[in-house]
Amino acid sequence: MKFIRTLMAAATALAVTAFVVPTFAADDPGPAAYAQALKGKRVMLVPLAMGFDLAQGWAHYLKKEVEAWGGTFETRDPNWVVDAGAQAITDAISSDTRPDVLIIHAPDLNSYSKLMKKAQAAGTYVILVDNPANFPADAFVGSDWDRLGQLEAEAAIKGCGENSSKKIGLVQGDQANSSSLYQYAGIMKVLDKHPDFKVVAKPDSNWDATTSRNVTTTMLQQNPDICSIIDFWDGDATGASAAIRDAKLDGKVFLVTTGGGEKAADCDKLQDGTYGAVVMTDLARQSGDMNAIIKFLLQSGQPAGTSHTYIYTLEKATTKADLKPDSCWDLKALQAEAAAAK
Amino acid sequence: MNTIGWPNFRSVNQEGIVFAIAVVLFVAAAIGLPGFIDANNLVAIVRSVSVLGILALGMAVVIIGRGIDLSAVAIMAMSVAWYLQLLNSGTPDGLAFAYVLAGVLAIGLLNGFLVAYADVPAIFVTLATGSFVFGYVRSQLITQDAVPVPQGHWVELLGGLRFLDIPIEVFVFAGLAFLFFLFLRYTKWGRYIYFAGDNPVAARNIGIPVRPMLVLRYVLSAFVALIAGLLTAASLHSINTRVVNSTLLYDIVLVAVIGGIGLSGGRGGVRNVLVGAALIGILLNAMTIVDIPLLYQNLIKAAILLGAIIVDGIINPRDEQTAQQGDI
Repeated sequence: MKFIRTLMAAATALAVTAFVVPTFAADDPGPAAYAQALKGKRVMLVPLAMGFDLAQGWAHYLKKEVEAWGGTFETRDPNWVVDAGAQAITDAISSDTRPDVLIIHAPDLNSYSKLMKKAQAAGTYVILVDNPANFPADAFVGSDWDRLGQLEAEAAIKGCGENSSKKIGLVQGDQANSSSLYQYAGIMKVLDKHPDFKVVAKPDSNWDATTSRNVTTTMLQQNPDICSIIDFWDGDATGASAAIRDAKLDGKVFLVTTGGGEKAADCDKLQDGTYGAVVMTDLARQSGDMNAIIKFLLQSGQPAGTSHTYIYTLEKATTKADLKPDSCWDLKALQAEAAAAK
Repeated sequence: MNTIGWPNFRSVNQEGIVFAIAVVLFVAAAIGLPGFIDANNLVAIVRSVSVLGILALGMAVVIIGRGIDLSAVAIMAMSVAWYLQLLNSGTPDGLAFAYVLAGVLAIGLLNGFLVAYADVPAIFVTLATGSFVFGYVRSQLITQDAVPVPQGHWVELLGGLRFLDIPIEVFVFAGLAFLFFLFLRYTKWGRYIYFAGDNPVAARNIGIPVRPMLVLRYVLSAFVALIAGLLTAASLHSINTRVVNSTLLYDIVLVAVIGGIGLSGGRGGVRNVLVGAALIGILLNAMTIVDIPLLYQNLIKAAILLGAIIVDGIINPRDEQTAQQGDI
């Protein structure tokens, strides 16, 4: 018995040694370097406004990740006012707690270019999200709006079908925002390849639902046989859908739009037939891309403005037929999660 | 002195000019644009300016009394957004509506009190309360810019309501216009508004309750804004508070002023609002049919307003009295 016990003790000692020694030998240098590069770094998000689904979704995912690696995450809310956004960026650059990474949702192609240059000169990495701008940022993360427009046009053509009137109406955003301009260019690229399809009207909504409703009413009044309408944002497509409803053309006009893939804004409306197809942004993945590039930049050691990376989010036109339980993310669930964490 | 009754055909004023422009545009569009004269399109025109017109009615009463209400759009969007938020979070409908009514009344009273009793210029008071209403509701009471109407709620049903295929907004606009007309023309307090607007000191000296009437006008304007907000939500099945940042507020003032309601007070009436709304409605509709981009639409709108003001300035040169009284 004693012999066996000794043997077992020896075996155990051997086993422990065998396991412990290699652990010391394989101490991964990664986590320490990672922590050293990231700890205490500041990340700031300046969206167009904090009050809409995309910005709230980004903020949720970024905050979770940044705080997990020991950084500070802040947001500023310009509430759709370009000047307020410029002020927020200016203050951020010149403050004592200058952010190490500035994530900017640009309102148009040019407004913030000078400020972003200033930020880079001060040593802050600039990441553009969602809306491209005429500025070589350290990274752009968001949709390829041209491609997105092509997807919308393809969905509209499919929604119309071969035996339809082949008349398509567009409700554009405005003539300044890159997302609107590039979206239009993409749509026209596809329609050029389908010369039998015609754009009968292309008014602007100025991103306002009431305006979208009024122009769509007029459009349907002039062309009651329109088979599809592409509204450039789900934020105002509620207006276009109201006009279709009022004209009693539900089910006859295939409404295509694009949005952040939020459940109430997109999936619920695909489900009830308000929208025919929505080109949705995979928000969790887009936020993940941002998190990855933030981590890369902070560890790279390169000065701000050195490299220019484009990370386009994979987009897909979703219809009711291919709607899945995980097609959308749920803002209410994220808010509940945030409330529970408090 | 016949500026508050029926049209004065002897002298051409701004209202007349704008009315003439509207008629010319209408005829030109009817001839040149296919589908413009269609009954459904005419209904669509009236409907597209209904909410704007309703807000302009409230604004008109305030302006006639020599004031201005820059908080109208904030009250319109935020009261309804709060109401819908309360409903979405499970508050009983009656209670939620009572809260909102109380809130709207409170803001109207605050506006009126500060202008009437604290003697702060209306433009500053309402600018501040408008920002306050937006900021407070947006940051404390609602979580999102856009608040949806709960499914099957009466606001949603209201949006689908039609009589003779005409949307409900049109009737509400017509009804409110008629009520405001009766109020301004046939009630004692309605008539007093013109005296108070024309010369507040004299009005007070002859015993008109100028200050309580001022308060009443801002309360009225606030309630009109609530109605406009409910109609907007009814049609769109949601309310987006972004509208507070839009040009809607200027459009409201534009409709009132372009129709001939002087910012110096004491002049104008419901008819001016209708003329102003008609011009804007016809203009926007025709430009949308022709497919003019929004940038040019704004340019054309502004050019017509400038033109009307210049022509008015030439035809009706400023006299001693208007010069002394001044505009805002």
